[in-house]
Amino acid sequence: MSVLERLTARLTAVLPPDAVVTDPVRLRTYECDGLTVHRATPGVVVLPETTEQVAAVVRLCREHGVPFVARGSGTGLSGGALPRADGVLVVTSRMRRIVEIDIPGRRAVVEPGVTNLAITEAVRDQGYYYAPDPSSQQICSIGGNVAENSGGAHCLKYGFTVNHVLAAEIVTPDGDVVELSAGDPGYDLLGAFVGSEGTLGIATKITVRLSRAPEAVTTLLAAFTGIEAGGRAVSAIIAAGVVPAAIEMMDALAIEAAEAAVRCGYPAGAGAVLVVELDGPRAEVEHQFAAVERICRDSGAFEIRTAASAEERAAIWKGRKSAFAAVGRISPAYIVQDGVVPRTALPRVLAGIDRLQEEYGIRVANVFHAGDGNLHPLVLFDDAVPGERERAEIVSGRILDLCVEHGGSITGEHGVGVDKARYMPRMFTEDDLGTMQLLRCAFDPEGLANPGKVFPTPRLCGEAPGVRTGVHPLVEAGLAEQF
Amino acid sequence: MHGEGTPDPLDPSAVTSHPGPDAGDTPGARSALEPSGAGDALAATGVTVREAGDGDEVAGVRPRWVALPESAEEIAAVLRACAAHDLAAVATGGRTKLHWAAPPERCDVLVDLGRMNRVLEHTPGDLVVRVQAGVTAEALASALAAENQELALDVPVPGTTVGGLLATGIAGPRGFRHGTARDLLIGITVVLADGTIARSGGKVVKNVAGYDLGKLFTGSYGTLGIIADATFRLRPLPAARAWVTASVGRPVTETATPYAYEGQTLDTTSTDVAAALRAMVPAITESPLEPSAVEVDWPDVDGPCWVAVLVEGSAAAERAKALSALMGGTAEVSEQPPPWWGRLPEPDDTLLELRVGASSLLHLLPALRDAAHASGAHPVIRGSLAAGILHIGLRGTPGEVAGFVGLVRDDAEGTYDGRVVVLCAPVEAARRLDRWGRVGALPLMRRVKERFDPGRRLSPGRFVGGI
Ligand SMILES: Cc1cc2nc3c(=O)[nH]c(=O)nc-3n(C[C@H](O)[C@H](O)[C@H](O)COP(=O)(O)OP(=O)(O)OC[C@H]3O[C@@H](n4cnc5c(N)ncnc54)[C@H](O)[C@@H]3O)c2cc1C
Ligand SMILES: Cc1cc2nc3c(=O)[nH]c(=O)nc-3n(C[C@H](O)[C@H](O)[C@H](O)COP(=O)(O)OP(=O)(O)OC[C@H]3O[C@@H](n4cnc5c(N)ncnc54)[C@H](O)[C@@H]3O)c2cc1C
Repeated sequence: MSVLERLTARLTAVLPPDAVVTDPVRLRTYECDGLTVHRATPGVVVLPETTEQVAAVVRLCREHGVPFVARGSGTGLSGGALPRADGVLVVTSRMRRIVEIDIPGRRAVVEPGVTNLAITEAVRDQGYYYAPDPSSQQICSIGGNVAENSGGAHCLKYGFTVNHVLAAEIVTPDGDVVELSAGDPGYDLLGAFVGSEGTLGIATKITVRLSRAPEAVTTLLAAFTGIEAGGRAVSAIIAAGVVPAAIEMMDALAIEAAEAAVRCGYPAGAGAVLVVELDGPRAEVEHQFAAVERICRDSGAFEIRTAASAEERAAIWKGRKSAFAAVGRISPAYIVQDGVVPRTALPRVLAGIDRLQEEYGIRVANVFHAGDGNLHPLVLFDDAVPGERERAEIVSGRILDLCVEHGGSITGEHGVGVDKARYMPRMFTEDDLGTMQLLRCAFDPEGLANPGKVFPTPRLCGEAPGVRTGVHPLVEAGLAEQF
Repeated sequence: MHGEGTPDPLDPSAVTSHPGPDAGDTPGARSALEPSGAGDALAATGVTVREAGDGDEVAGVRPRWVALPESAEEIAAVLRACAAHDLAAVATGGRTKLHWAAPPERCDVLVDLGRMNRVLEHTPGDLVVRVQAGVTAEALASALAAENQELALDVPVPGTTVGGLLATGIAGPRGFRHGTARDLLIGITVVLADGTIARSGGKVVKNVAGYDLGKLFTGSYGTLGIIADATFRLRPLPAARAWVTASVGRPVTETATPYAYEGQTLDTTSTDVAAALRAMVPAITESPLEPSAVEVDWPDVDGPCWVAVLVEGSAAAERAKALSALMGGTAEVSEQPPPWWGRLPEPDDTLLELRVGASSLLHLLPALRDAAHASGAHPVIRGSLAAGILHIGLRGTPGEVAGFVGLVRDDAEGTYDGRVVVLCAPVEAARRLDRWGRVGALPLMRRVKERFDPGRRLSPGRFVGGI
């Protein structure tokens, strides 16, 4: 019997009858996440229903020295949930209870498999919502959001997952159940856990902040002849002291794709469109709206549309929200890139992307969260053209180089996963990465939690130093202090 | 702020070694240091090092040397010398809160970041600033104000540095709307106990590459490493600010200047302050008026309290007016904050921090009064009703203080899943106190400390569980 077979037998004993998947056909449905270029059939898949079951699985993995990978809804775009053929995939799809909703306390406690949107749906009637809104919010799980520190179009004003998670119950790679809370004294382990991509343990219960729905929301679409003018408008809006809920930009190619796919009806002849959303107290939004409209005109917008109703707003967002999928209409295949640059470097970086397009004969459609400099270049290619995929991959990688050269980041929201681990040394020194690994070693000395992700090279943690000299047992227990 | 290169203000004559590549091993510099291997090693770093004096004590523990590094590399050189000679080091910035947390088990070198006081990079168009850890909050604020921007953290005491602010991780009034230091920090450079210089995050607001060590170091009280520089996201200064202040538990007729209470005898014919707040505060926070902060000042639990609400933005005046309608007959709108705004309560030699869910806090208020009566201690309460964070200054004997802490903790931890931390206390009182109370993930925290500082040389014993 192989280790995995022995482990599987033990897993069957601690989990409900249908919660251990070994059927090869079913296993294959878990072979990749939203980034389909990386695939592996998991050794075994488990579908636990409770924290205790997750803990039992992790303890067994540890006992057998077998790696495990957590998976939520599998919408990740960096191969973070890529399974291990020699390991266990722990899927949270059966942990979908909303445990508690506390409106006066403005918090909700949910299991990790609950979808992002389900939280908002549960509290919307009472005038609240869960702020982080990744475009995948209908399907992606809150556990995945925590692991990726996901953002959304509105994170410009409201921040990311990490700013809205108040506590998390986690199963550590040792199989212990630990509560990490933002309000606890001591190190901010919650803050460090969020965004750790499943490498520090599995979140089994998450307490999120609920936000009051804004009194007023206004959405504006401004069409420009080119991306430079749109970029000028973005800078001017920020300089004017306005913090919109969202500022999104699309270039001509992205608009063309969206038009082909969903007939979003954006102004004809637009070389770039900006979607600006303002929200907050009505009086505030009115003031800001006037300022934004003026700035867009001054920056050369040739058409401005505004939406006040939910339907009109949806119409404006339709093109932007469909942009990724829409690119399928103008190209057989594409790579979704995710990089960040300081906002002031946007014009230079976009010019750099133009040069890459020319140099490699590859088209790039640009869609971005312009307010915070988060680019999502869509690098188009056709597998029928020999060498085009390879050239697209080079362009995609060189875009990340451009981001790093301009002081930016190799990922703003999709994470490092397996896909970008090799790019980490472009952004961080060996010492930087080694220091991050100290945290990893504290949580997971044996390296069993989602190994091979985030870091380019695994680190041997060595013995935990462990020897504490000169501390009195009472001090240890937190009962006294030494002077 | 210490000027670049100026001698330490405490005792310039005590400077025994001078910075610069060739000054480190002049005979004069060496002989003034204790002629041990450790002193030689420190001198050989080339970093300014002087012998410690009375003003250099860390919670009663006197270090032997004070090092005044001017760069991350110099911090690293000092910490490598400490590692080689097993010296314990404590970092300090403005020294306003050096007595907070437990005294260190040992302290040989005080690493004073006062000379690392430069704003390294500020690109207004990016709303980002990178500063050395020794920059004071005021210096930073005035540099940013010149570009009509701010770091949305409340500037507390004069002299507070960015490093100290991060290391203590305290939340001010506007944390409710804008988040606290952890939320605004986007990149950090730290120096570990072995001299490793490491960076995480970056200078873009959106970035998920690698672990966020900034979170780990925020609130770590110098026990994991020394913060050398930090990068923050900024925001434009709001077009206007307005405060609405009202008294609670006081007859309306007495409210000509409701918050100018200092030096006055307080009205004790108050009604039930806690009940009144339970009605008023949710009305404020549930309103769509989006206050940036809702603060309370309750100087005597048997008397009235004052509530002040901040609104920011171009329509601040209109919103403030609408808010005042929710705050009773004593409400007044002002463009200036009340004098107690954003300040820790006095006395501050015994200071507690209570954190609990905002709705639970309103239910916990009577327990604070009961605990005061039962223990005999006199709490002065101030803090954020909206965020659920109160700072409590305590007057009383060590026994009364311990009694109060115990009672409040029972209620806060037991009933409401809150936490009570003793931020600082005089030695006598501290002996009787568990400073940190319940700490959920202590074993994991120990493991983190063991990995980052296996030799226990950085602020040993100062933090939770004797970390
Ligand atoms: C069309 C589309 C649009 C998208 N838009 C956005 C966007 O706007 N913003 C954005 O940020 N992202 C976006 N994403 C990316 C993706 O949706 C997010 O990263 C999301 O958070 C992943 O959630 P998931 O449940 O699908 O996680 P998975 O893909 O299943 O897993 C992602 C990572 O989380 C780990 N993980 C999962 N559950 C847990 C758990 N309980 N405990 C610990 N680790 C766990 C996995 O190991 C893996 O490393 C988009 C994806 C798609 C396909
Ligand atoms: C609303 C509000 C009001 C406040 N009001 C007051 C007040 O009225 N009076 C008052 O005294 N304080 C007040 N504070 C607290 C004060 O702002 C912080 O404690 C302060 O930031 C400490 O800064 P410092 O530079 O003086 O640090 P220090 O006192 O020098 O050090 C404090 C701690 O941080 C560690 N440390 C310092 N620098 C570093 C570094 N670079 N790397 C690692 N560790 C480091 C030290 O070892 C020590 O443990 C208030 C805070 C808030 C939020």
